[in-house]
Amino acid sequence: MADNTPAGSTTDGAIQVGGPQQPIDARVSAPASYDVADFPVPHGREEEWRFTPLARLRGLHDGTAVANGGGVKVEVSAPEGVTVETVGRDDARLGRAGKPVDRVAAQAYSSFEKASVVSVPKDTVLTEPVRISVHGEGGVAFGHQVIELGAFAEAMVVLDHTGDATLAANVEYLIGDGAKLTVVSIQDWDATAVHAAQHTALVGRDASFKSVIVTFGGDLVRLHPRVVYGAPGGEAELYGLYFTDKGQHQEHRLFVDHDTPHCRSNVAYKGALQGEGAHAVWIGDVLIRAAAEGTDTYELNRNLVLSDGARVDSVPNLEIETGEIVGAGHASATGRFDDEQLFYLMARGIPADEARRLVVRGFFAELVQQIGIPDLEERLIAKIEAELEASVA
Amino acid sequence: MATLEIHDLHVSVEAENGPREILRGVDLTVKQGETHAIMGPNGSGKSTLAYSLAGHPKYTITGGTVTLDGEDVLEMSVDERARAGVFLAMQYPVEVPGVSVSNFLRTSATAIRGEAPKLRTWVKEVKGAMERLNMDPAFAERNVNEGFSGGEKKRHEILQLELLKPKIAILDETDSGLDVDALRQVSEGVNRVRETGEVGTLLITHYTRILRYIKPDFVHVFSAGRIVESGGAELADKLENEGYEAYQTKGGVTA
Repeated sequence: MADNTPAGSTTDGAIQVGGPQQPIDARVSAPASYDVADFPVPHGREEEWRFTPLARLRGLHDGTAVANGGGVKVEVSAPEGVTVETVGRDDARLGRAGKPVDRVAAQAYSSFEKASVVSVPKDTVLTEPVRISVHGEGGVAFGHQVIELGAFAEAMVVLDHTGDATLAANVEYLIGDGAKLTVVSIQDWDATAVHAAQHTALVGRDASFKSVIVTFGGDLVRLHPRVVYGAPGGEAELYGLYFTDKGQHQEHRLFVDHDTPHCRSNVAYKGALQGEGAHAVWIGDVLIRAAAEGTDTYELNRNLVLSDGARVDSVPNLEIETGEIVGAGHASATGRFDDEQLFYLMARGIPADEARRLVVRGFFAELVQQIGIPDLEERLIAKIEAELEASVA
Repeated sequence: MATLEIHDLHVSVEAENGPREILRGVDLTVKQGETHAIMGPNGSGKSTLAYSLAGHPKYTITGGTVTLDGEDVLEMSVDERARAGVFLAMQYPVEVPGVSVSNFLRTSATAIRGEAPKLRTWVKEVKGAMERLNMDPAFAERNVNEGFSGGEKKRHEILQLELLKPKIAILDETDSGLDVDALRQVSEGVNRVRETGEVGTLLITHYTRILRYIKPDFVHVFSAGRIVESGGAELADKLENEGYEAYQTKGGVTA
């Protein structure tokens, strides 16, 4: 597919910047494409795969995973005024936010059979969230969802992943001029699930996009939240929280492509880890292209390691091609909840399990508050507490 | 009346070449209302005594007893000791990111008092105590000890002392690293608590400076892991003039 190769780029992964077409990260081994055949099968040494245990992807990366019909059940419940459709592969509304950037996302794009399209008409302001439930039923599935907001629409969408599945998916957010979209994506999978997905947001003129990614479950979860701007004045807030348990691999790879002037982005991800083999990966790529004057961006990752045997890889990348910006920064830190902190809190009468709860709740509080849906916030706090209970037991 | 009794306490720590004995038979009785200063050179085991009483896991009790009103303190977990009324103001208070001072204080007070303090009176209580220690109200919203200056950390320790009202307060080198103003304010805080007559104070210090502000009833000289001399406040004057040299030879122990 010739149109996937921007003019002047080489196909073996040169650092292509400022190209007029598809954004190319500095660190990918193939240009973005809808077609899985355009990506070589990863071997694990590639920059974008080096943290991921490929053997646990259950064949999503090498074509051996085949949809078997019993994968996931998708149910959408939406308030009045919202159109929900299930469409086939050839629907013209699919694929507009951006192309898949790795082989698994391209595999999902090449393999899905039905897509959900949720449309919020222009000027429609929802007071209740749209809830999309993706429930795994043990099989292999490829998914595709599109959420589209017309100009000046406002909506909140909850993507709730539960059950067990091997799922590769793409989710597109198309946010019209002046529209506001908040998406909460919860990965509350069973311990055996494998989930790889790309979430791509195309932010319109003066539009706002807020994403809250919450990852608790699964054997392997690998998400690619991405933001591109269609016109000036756009704003993206990307928040995430993850609780990585024993043996779990949870990977969040963010990319914000500032190719348009006067846009803002703010990224804050926090994770807690506990147990042998718990592995969290956070990649925060922000690219400010030469054209993107007036950009204001900040990204942050914090990790709290609660026990021995856990591992965090946190890699913030900031690439700046113009000096005419408002601000750009990043921060990453990984700390331990250690015996001295525990001693200090206990020496003030606070029992060990409560001390741990206090620290973890405090750590996540500011992000939980970003969700703004009370029943969801309560569920997440309860979930965090349950994870902690399990660790004390 | 609460009494802390330490009898023949022996404590070791793990060192590279096996356990090393730090405390070698400490005997001391502290009653509610009394103030005992424990003075001694660096490395004599003063802080080990403080942390052993609070139950720090690094220290292994190899002999002796510690009781609070007859209850075996050494059998209690760290938090049980605190709830029983033992308070340790630490020399190096630990940073706890993500936990605000106000949340920490309230959780702690709830644990110590056995029920959550009523919000309205609690807010007043904390505000008043902070004002008396000359602490900025904004302090309450900062994370525990995170980015605190040395003086702020010590004030924060004494703030807890005032709010938690322990039976026995162990102040481990609370004076270290403080300028004169901070030392005076911190000492005034300690004195306010002492004046209630409800706390027995164990004031551990290297310097006599703090004793100008906090008058001890008893002074004990600590050397090589035990108390080598005890007396009244006048013993501190002697130490001020003569230093610890006499005791270091008298102790006669090479660690």
